[in-house]
Amino acid sequence: MPPIEPAGRDLRLDLFRGLALWLIFLDHIPANIVNWVTIRNYGFSDAAEIFVFISGYTAAFVYGRTMQQRGVVVASARILKRAWTVYIAHIFIFVIFMAEIAYLTRSLDNPLYNEEMGALDFMKEPGDTLIQALLLKFKPTFMDVLPLYIVLLIGFPPVLWLLQRAPTVALALSVALYTLSWNLSWNLPSYPSGTWYFNPLTWQLIFVFGAWCGLGGVKRLRPFLQSRWLLGIAVAYLLFSFLVVMTSYFPRYAVYIPKWFQDWMYPIDKTNMDVLRFAHFVALALVTVRFIPADWPYLKSPVLRPMILCGQHSLEIFCLGIFLSFLGHFVTSEISRSMGMQIVISALGIFVMICVAWLLSWYKRIEGRGSGPQPNASNADLAGGEA
Amino acid sequence: MRAVAGIALGIFTYVGAAFAVAGDGCDVAAHLVHADAELPRVAAAISKSKSLTVVVIGTTSSTLPGAGGQALAYPARLEAALQKKLPGVAVKVISMAKPRQTAADMAEGFPRLLRDEKPALVIWQTGTADAMKGVGAEAFQGTLEAAVDRLHEGGADVIFMNMQYSPRTDAVISTAAYADAIRWVALEHAVNLFDRQAIMRQWSELGTFDLLAATKSLDTAAKVHDCFGRMLAELIVEATTVQPDRPKDIDKQ
Repeated sequence: MPPIEPAGRDLRLDLFRGLALWLIFLDHIPANIVNWVTIRNYGFSDAAEIFVFISGYTAAFVYGRTMQQRGVVVASARILKRAWTVYIAHIFIFVIFMAEIAYLTRSLDNPLYNEEMGALDFMKEPGDTLIQALLLKFKPTFMDVLPLYIVLLIGFPPVLWLLQRAPTVALALSVALYTLSWNLSWNLPSYPSGTWYFNPLTWQLIFVFGAWCGLGGVKRLRPFLQSRWLLGIAVAYLLFSFLVVMTSYFPRYAVYIPKWFQDWMYPIDKTNMDVLRFAHFVALALVTVRFIPADWPYLKSPVLRPMILCGQHSLEIFCLGIFLSFLGHFVTSEISRSMGMQIVISALGIFVMICVAWLLSWYKRIEGRGSGPQPNASNADLAGGEA
Repeated sequence: MRAVAGIALGIFTYVGAAFAVAGDGCDVAAHLVHADAELPRVAAAISKSKSLTVVVIGTTSSTLPGAGGQALAYPARLEAALQKKLPGVAVKVISMAKPRQTAADMAEGFPRLLRDEKPALVIWQTGTADAMKGVGAEAFQGTLEAAVDRLHEGGADVIFMNMQYSPRTDAVISTAAYADAIRWVALEHAVNLFDRQAIMRQWSELGTFDLLAATKSLDTAAKVHDCFGRMLAELIVEATTVQPDRPKDIDKQ
């Protein structure tokens, strides 16, 4: 069955990926007052789900077209090249992280903090640490997303092949792998102990679901998307999730949740992308596409342009965001933790992200002009911004 | 929660600045220590048997290094401060702090601890090792909940102590989820929380103690631990004598 060719570029993808990138940046500055705005405080799922879903969607869109036009081998090669690029980006960020830690180990020498110093023990064995980092087994705090994305891309060629031939089978297999990994506790090992914070074997579900939607799944779902009932259920679920999350901030209201229900519901696992999180993301997406159509006029307005720009260069902006959050953390811990400073850092970080995204678009534009007209300019653009 | 905590912090900082003029040393953070729950087993031990055994269980941050470290660390300082406040009562504080123990590791030893030492109070310092080892915050919370009940049944009141304020290691140890778990269990199970993190943050922000200096000297560390000891003694006495004003404090977090 030939997949339904999605027409043109859906700016909503860029918009929401841009938003996810901003939220991830804010969430990654420890003790930042501004991250109360981020969605993880209001429901089960957070920016990670948005990011992985949209990445799956765009990857399927871009490489699916390549697979149709140039064949399986070329498309697979491009996907693996992309995985390689992401790997390089991850290692680059890791080096910056190690530089920050190297500074910390010198400045933290204080008898009060003997215990906390233990967290920097990996600096005593830099050789081992380096090898484990290259193997993606050692992943410092907040550096878990790119390794997940690398693994998802490496596994993507056969998935994409199957998605183009039998989308339903591909999705069913993805659900099966999710269920098996969940029940049998499959996960990849980490160094020095434990497992991956984002389990690729369960998180693949949202990536494959995104890819499925990107290859015409949205059209197949249209009758559901327009159902008033489903919209009602989605809104009710979002509200429920909001109330449950609120009880963790106002524990005195927690008594209104029955004990048996709490026992059933908790823990809401992020590592394995709990079903409740997945459902929350789907409900959020459903409500969003309902109220923000693809031809939403504001998508072309200059107000949303910065967010869209960031979403179009997501790998670069993601890495920049991680770097800026390290820098933001450095400033808040060494210079000032005042609320004003936290707000300034958050705003400045987003401003820098926008400037760099703008610079990248400009650079891409002049590059494209220099090497003559490119027939696949729009594709390359999407692929370049795909992460 | 962060928003509320942030606003609360702002208010605390303001209030704290006002306090700083009047008080000195650790007093500037005294308002962060309040009895949210009574300590009935401690009260009974004081009034009936005239002897009080307290066990401090925790990790390296409940100790200080070096030969004289033990006498300077907060468990020893607590014993001295409590003894002063409770004349005529035989006060004994036993420190069972060991490096790298997770909450689950410590909870495993509780039956034995209860049997051997028969404490009326367990001060449970935890969270850091769990965050460093990447024990899930949900599993951590479950361990605390089960263990608190067991300690209560075994005849011991509980005071939680959360992690130290350590902004430099925030990038490698994300403690927020564990701090939230401790706070949650404390509220749900009517257990007092000694919010070490907030106290140290207050000191650091007001410049009471320079916590972030690179040094080998024990001077500041000893002062900090002495404050912990005295503030804990204050909390214990308050929770055994006055009626705690729970409704007022519940909104602060």
